Amino acid sequence: MKIAVCIKQVPATTEVKFDPETNTLVREGVDSQINPFDLYALEEAVRTKERLQADGEESSVTVVCMGPPQAQDALREAVALGADETILLSDRAFGGADTWATSYTLGLGLKKIEPDIVFCGMQAIDGDTGQVGPGIATHIDYAQATYVAKIESLDKKKITVKRLVENGYEVCSVKLPIVITVVKEINEPRTPSLRGKMNAKKAQITTWGAADLEAPVEKLGLSGSPTQVAKVFSPPHREGGEKSEGEPDELAEKLFGLLKELEIV
Amino acid sequence: MDYFFTEEQQMMREVAREIAEKKIRPIAAEYDESGEFPWPVVEAIAEADLFRVFIPEEYGGMDLGTPIMNMCIVTEELSKACGGISLGFAATGLGTMPILVAASDEQKKKWLPRIADGTLAAFGLTEANAGSDASAVATRAVLDGDEWVINGTKQWITNGGEAEIYTVFCVTDPTRGARGVSTIVVEKGTPGFTFGKKENKMGIRASATRELIFQDCRVPKENVLGKPGSGFFNAMKTFDMSRPGVASQALGIAQGALDIAVNYSRERRQFGQPISAFQGMQFMLADMAMKVEAARALVYATARLIDSGVEKKPTMYSAMSKCFASDVAMEVTTNAVQVLGGYGYMKEYPVEKYMRDAKITQIYEGTNQIQRIEIAKGLIASAAKS
Ligand SMILES: Cc1cc2nc3c(=O)[nH]c(=O)nc-3n(C[C@H](O)[C@H](O)[C@H](O)COP(=O)(O)OP(=O)(O)OC[C@H]3O[C@@H](n4cnc5c(N)ncnc54)[C@H](O)[C@@H]3O)c2cc1C
Repeated sequence: MKIAVCIKQVPATTEVKFDPETNTLVREGVDSQINPFDLYALEEAVRTKERLQADGEESSVTVVCMGPPQAQDALREAVALGADETILLSDRAFGGADTWATSYTLGLGLKKIEPDIVFCGMQAIDGDTGQVGPGIATHIDYAQATYVAKIESLDKKKITVKRLVENGYEVCSVKLPIVITVVKEINEPRTPSLRGKMNAKKAQITTWGAADLEAPVEKLGLSGSPTQVAKVFSPPHREGGEKSEGEPDELAEKLFGLLKELEIV
Repeated sequence: MDYFFTEEQQMMREVAREIAEKKIRPIAAEYDESGEFPWPVVEAIAEADLFRVFIPEEYGGMDLGTPIMNMCIVTEELSKACGGISLGFAATGLGTMPILVAASDEQKKKWLPRIADGTLAAFGLTEANAGSDASAVATRAVLDGDEWVINGTKQWITNGGEAEIYTVFCVTDPTRGARGVSTIVVEKGTPGFTFGKKENKMGIRASATRELIFQDCRVPKENVLGKPGSGFFNAMKTFDMSRPGVASQALGIAQGALDIAVNYSRERRQFGQPISAFQGMQFMLADMAMKVEAARALVYATARLIDSGVEKKPTMYSAMSKCFASDVAMEVTTNAVQVLGGYGYMKEYPVEKYMRDAKITQIYEGTNQIQRIEIAKGLIASAAKS
């Protein structure tokens, strides 16, 4: 069984900066890391592979990342964590992509790989949209299961997963091939192994550009992005509320007065 | 300070550091309280290939020619987060040393690959009446046909009950004193081999310390390491190689406590300023840092000396590294509690545990009195030679 994982390289700090001209993230001069949610996706992929291999079935994990050349670092780290193959989708034409163009491009890469399962994190900590996983599934016509907290069972044709939904869990069986986005509850990611780190150093990272994907340029990057960012800003700090002290009766009276003033009661 | 590690040693340190920070630090207090054996962490250490670093490549290891230095690097990093949890790793190193020192190729093929994969080992020397005087061991092994029949009790054996592979020191010829002791490998599950109760300890509480009880326990004749009678020599040679491991455990504990103390001193304010602004605190922190760095330099130098193989008998230096680093650990952890004041004395803060954990490093693998005896012996012998 062929398993793929999509990972994103994100800034290592929580204090992201925006370029006021283009309204996009400033990535230069910031340490980067694998998007934390994607580590759970990678771990689940590696565990699935290990389970299959233990049952005597062939399986491998291919990690795909779209990003600038320095995103190689993220892919090397993925090798240290158990990935077998790594593919970097990198081209100037991919720059400035929104979630539509990103999932389109990743989808083109995945089509070449033909995985049975694609794992993604539920969202990236910089954009927080949660749209790329489902976007990929739509673009390449795979089934999808989002916010997965557990894989209940897996065979050659279908997978049964437990999804985290607002009021509890939902268990569903879905036909392969599928895109799965995972929540943190699904596992506890391992730390890199020594052998993995040594392999990571030697790893050959394949790079695919727009030409390799045979992609129409107008569907890529900024030109393929229907989203137009009007403005990006940090939400204003909340003002501190008003505090009153006194006897319960007195306070109840006061509170009632306030609610009345606000026309809530 | 940069100690010019090889690229691979650097990787070992990073791998161990991530486990320490992500898998050990968050749960150290919990395991200290419960005294449970930290299997999930031990499994993570195994999966990360860290049990391979002191085992040669041909037996499934990755020692890359510097087993002792590697073991020290990993032990130090793990011990920064918890000196008890790190001992499951370090004591496996100790239990493996007699195999590295004395086993035949065939024996090494039998046991080392399993240890490299993360099977725990233990070292069984001490008995109720044989502590500092290890030559007084009384556990008896008698050859009966193709089997050794073992009777006796080992006391305070680290990894007891959790390990699968035990290197046990038994009297095989009572007429020959220390020259009548042999090293025999006994595997868990062998009939006649059981464990006593788990000890309730002051520190390193996440490590298992138990009795090994042998009652007509039969093991194959070929489980003896080296020649019968070489056991005491194997034990001493093991200590030459393993004491830098205890030293690096002490070093990690000391560094861990120092880091906590420095950070705390910048946050805690009294008399309108951080306590780190007081010269009385600064001098204390400076002394702590100086001693930790001196210990580190001695430990690494000793480990490299042993790995180089140029010194046939590194006993004196091994003893120095263990004795110095553990004395430093006791002093530094005690002072770390002092820096945190009343908070340092409370279990809600991590630093009192470092002080409790540090104490054992002055006691096991030979008390620091015994180390000083070894150092003096070395000194006097080399003076007599020149
Ligand atoms: C937590 C723990 C884990 C251990 N793990 C292991 C293990 O895995 N394997 C193993 O084999 N053993 C293990 N031990 C045993 C340990 O190595 C011994 O406790 C240690 O060697 C000291 O022996 P003793 O406790 O009998 O002390 P004793 O020998 O009774 O010493 C008591 C005091 O007398 C002093 N003393 C003794 N002889 C001299 C002398 N000649 N000159 C000056 N002072 C002297 C000592 O320094 C000490 O202060 C462990 C012990 C503990 C507490």
